[in-house]
Amino acid sequence: MFWHQETETLARPALEALQLKRLQETLRRLERVPFYRGKFSETGLQPDQIKSAADMPRLPFTTAADLRENYPDKLLAVSREEVLRLHTSSGTTGKPKALFFSRRDVDNAAELIARALCMTGVTRRDVFQNMMSYGLFTGGLVMHYGAEKVGCMVIPAGPGTSERQLLLMQDFRTTVIHILPSYALYFADFLEKKGVDPRKSLALRKAFVGAEPHTEETRRNIEAALGIDVYNSYGLTEMNGPGVAFECEGKCGMHVWEDNFVLEIINPATGEPVEDGKTGELVLTSINREAMPLLRYRTRDLTSIIPGPCACGRTHRRIHRITGRSDDMLIVRGVNIFPQQIERVLMAMPQIGRNYVIQLEGLDDMTVKVELSPAAFDGEVGHLTELQNQVAEKLRAELWIRPKVDLVASGSLPVAEGKAKRVIDKRSL
Amino acid sequence: MNTVKLVAVFAENRPGQTARITETLARASINIRCITVASSGAFGVMKLLVNDPDLACQALKREGFAATLMDVIAVEMSDKPGALHTVADCLAAHDINLANTSGFAANNRAILVIEVQDPAQAGGILKEHGFHILTQQEALTV
Repeated sequence: MFWHQETETLARPALEALQLKRLQETLRRLERVPFYRGKFSETGLQPDQIKSAADMPRLPFTTAADLRENYPDKLLAVSREEVLRLHTSSGTTGKPKALFFSRRDVDNAAELIARALCMTGVTRRDVFQNMMSYGLFTGGLVMHYGAEKVGCMVIPAGPGTSERQLLLMQDFRTTVIHILPSYALYFADFLEKKGVDPRKSLALRKAFVGAEPHTEETRRNIEAALGIDVYNSYGLTEMNGPGVAFECEGKCGMHVWEDNFVLEIINPATGEPVEDGKTGELVLTSINREAMPLLRYRTRDLTSIIPGPCACGRTHRRIHRITGRSDDMLIVRGVNIFPQQIERVLMAMPQIGRNYVIQLEGLDDMTVKVELSPAAFDGEVGHLTELQNQVAEKLRAELWIRPKVDLVASGSLPVAEGKAKRVIDKRSL
Repeated sequence: MNTVKLVAVFAENRPGQTARITETLARASINIRCITVASSGAFGVMKLLVNDPDLACQALKREGFAATLMDVIAVEMSDKPGALHTVADCLAAHDINLANTSGFAANNRAILVIEVQDPAQAGGILKEHGFHILTQQEALTV
């Protein structure tokens, strides 16, 4: 199903021409922003010198640090009266990053969500329960407006108690949810403990998960536990929030709406482009925003472009699920480790629960805490120590260092309400 | 063959974990007759002989504990020196390995609770040698 078939299936040359036109408009808009004007005059670059996507590397990058330094409103490209809404990012350190929306930006962000929902078969007959945090976080309101645009009945549930979420799902026959993947796993456990079979007593059929990197195994686990289809999505506050890229029904990579964003993958160390199919840092330019477009924004998310067309007919290219952030890589005993590698190992072991914590302490000691699945318990201490060793061995094979593994009780590890806090670093290095 | 059901429950090795288990059992009005804890580093397994093992296991599972029921054999011995040796010797003679073992003596009776791979086989052998194997009911009323 298409929300806007013509745009979504635009032939590549026409799509690239549209991108160029919008990029040039954006560059002219950015000349009003002192930060960008300074960058352009440094390089002597004129907007009309950018003739194709191949000229992108001539443009300057924008980084998270630039957004913080220009906080609160020094990157605003329109007058204050034209701003309709403010969102900020879930900054973990120091100042947040602020992003402004004009009326057209609010509407356009909803349009991109509507495309995404529609392509997986969501219609106005659906009941959409948004279980993401409302407020400054874009996952609440931006998604909400998109689902309303489709015509769904939207329940702005927000995150929070699972009892209340279940009640809403039962009483209003929720069919679609938007949820953090870690919370979806927790919620599935909650239903199991309550003795609620979602296939029988709920009307759920789809979930959109995002805002946290997660693995294919996690998706399958959520699908199996809730009996629904789960679609991955990608977005970031700096680029409207959710709605940058979503999966179609094929579930094989996320289509980036290239009429709104110029997509590049670069080597994070050198800034040079990498070829399609190779993993690198995703760099995005918002070319259809009024209030605060950003040029070549370094997302720090690692992914790759999936070469070739998609069976769904959309011409907008796809990216792989995010495999990590260039800044959440851990270095333990000289080895580079991404939390997603650990997740992949754990998710493939049914004796282990879905939640985990990586704890780093002392001089470089790594402990991975994993939850024992109640079904795997047979009362034998020996089997439990064997299981611990088995997990440690599988992690060693993946990571090249052998962590200590602690088996803990199911449900005892904290489930973060926002982005899951998986890593606790208390090292005295 | 008479066997006795124990409730086994997984517990992390940190303060307050036993209290969470005993609170759950107290609420379910479970009477505990015997308890052992085997710990291994970060975690341990608690095994309980209780008046209603099915109810106790359900109550623990409902609270999110990993709990299961295990079949073990309870052998009565005379409460005097060398009694335990006669049981151990008998099992050794039949090449039966004792996994976890515990025992208690009360009211001039001595009971040995043993986990073996095949409770029916071990119980049969002990019975042939004249030992009394307790039923669940007998084990609870010692």
